[in-house]
Amino acid sequence: MTGNAEKAVIDVKSLDKRFGPIHAVRNISFTVRQGEVLGFLGPNGAGKSTTMKMITGFLEPTAGTVSVCGHDILEDPIKVKEKIGYLPEGAPLYGEMTVKTFLDFIADVRGLKNVEKENRIEEVIQKIHLESVRNQTIETLSKGFKRRVGIAHSILHDPEVLIMDEPTDGLDPNQKHEVRTLIKEMAPAKATIISTHILEEVDAVCTRAIIIASGQILFDGTPAELQAKSDTGRLDDVFRQITTKFYQEQGESAQS
Amino acid sequence: MNNIKAIFQREFSSYFSTPVAYVFIVIFLFLTGVFTFYLGAFYERNQADLEPFFRFHPWLYLFLIPAIAMRLWSEERKTGTIELLMTLPIPVHQAVIGKFLAAWCFTTVAIVLTFPMWITVNYLGSPDNTVILASYIGSLFMAGSFLAIGSCISALTKSQVIAFVISVVICFLFLLSGFPLVLDFFHGWAPQVVVNAIASFSFLTHFESIKKGVIDIRDLIYFLALICFWLYANVVVIEARKAS
Repeated sequence: MTGNAEKAVIDVKSLDKRFGPIHAVRNISFTVRQGEVLGFLGPNGAGKSTTMKMITGFLEPTAGTVSVCGHDILEDPIKVKEKIGYLPEGAPLYGEMTVKTFLDFIADVRGLKNVEKENRIEEVIQKIHLESVRNQTIETLSKGFKRRVGIAHSILHDPEVLIMDEPTDGLDPNQKHEVRTLIKEMAPAKATIISTHILEEVDAVCTRAIIIASGQILFDGTPAELQAKSDTGRLDDVFRQITTKFYQEQGESAQS
Repeated sequence: MNNIKAIFQREFSSYFSTPVAYVFIVIFLFLTGVFTFYLGAFYERNQADLEPFFRFHPWLYLFLIPAIAMRLWSEERKTGTIELLMTLPIPVHQAVIGKFLAAWCFTTVAIVLTFPMWITVNYLGSPDNTVILASYIGSLFMAGSFLAIGSCISALTKSQVIAFVISVVICFLFLLSGFPLVLDFFHGWAPQVVVNAIASFSFLTHFESIKKGVIDIRDLIYFLALICFWLYANVVVIEARKAS
């Protein structure tokens, strides 16, 4: 252990989740260190969101555990939740609140007070460019603004861990670029996980990529390593190669 | 405490940022008026008291309180904000208490706004105001019990309609548990102790004695225990959902 960069901030140990007969996540293990941006790739229904929901303490794993900054999610969920900033899939928000009152509420829960609270809210509003809509109710905002409010809420307490489920989904190209720049800007001080099925995003922001399908890890390495596996040098191709090969093998083993 | 306060504020102001609060308060005041003056024969009785007013509270609450409580958790499930709430560093029981207190406070506002009734009866005669005060307190506690039931049920489902209907049915059973409708079901096979116990669960019996101006500490404890039980069940339901 030499300094922060070496320390695993998120440590996922043999995580497993079943929903009745559906085996959503199968024995997944990985770690994320400070400064790393882990891209979670996989087809729809691969178990990306479920894994994130378990790391953030929204779902309980069937087996295995997660520790964040040294706190176990099952033993000390509140400590873990304090460390994490989380943007759930689709960025659900309280529509009837205004942007300002919503951020106020989050700041209260995050334990920010008085001047510090006002300053921090103001700082985040500036950073995410929400000045023009601060007193508008959230349900009247466009999709791009709603997503930005979601991002604002997740970084309000300057968390050590940032987990974002499809942060750029449904945004226009400019907004996508903005969100990616923002993530890159914040990355050095945090451990970040983002899920996506847009492969260009991996190239643009991630320092590491994990491909999962049917709840299993198929690849874990840098985007460059991933690219090297492809004959054409395109991430799209290698993604298709890895996942379709996996599904074919699964189909064969199911038949035999 | 901080968390409970934050949840409380958010929840309480959300009643007023949608038409829910205003619709509810207007309907509540209108119906209490109708029931008191027409069905309760407030004038014809020629008595300076608010008995005809309080008599109908349990029946009004039966439909109106589940309507307030149904959104507490169902809506969060439906819109997905429950994921937001449950990944904030708030213990489940604090979220449950904060939401419940907000709904209870909102109901209190509605009940307090019936004060013209109290002014009227004081203008027309000289009622026993301690009886009226006791009745108000009893009514509040009964409303709290209905709310706790509704809150727990709403945690079970995404659908506010289902939450409403089931809450009404359960509240109805609690209202009538001292009456033959419920007791006949248990007579004959259940031991007398059990039948008596069920009969003692009736909201009406407990409210009846408070309404006469007798604040028996046991009646208040009954309502408080009921609130605690249903809120505890509420926490259990939410925790169970996490593991499913």
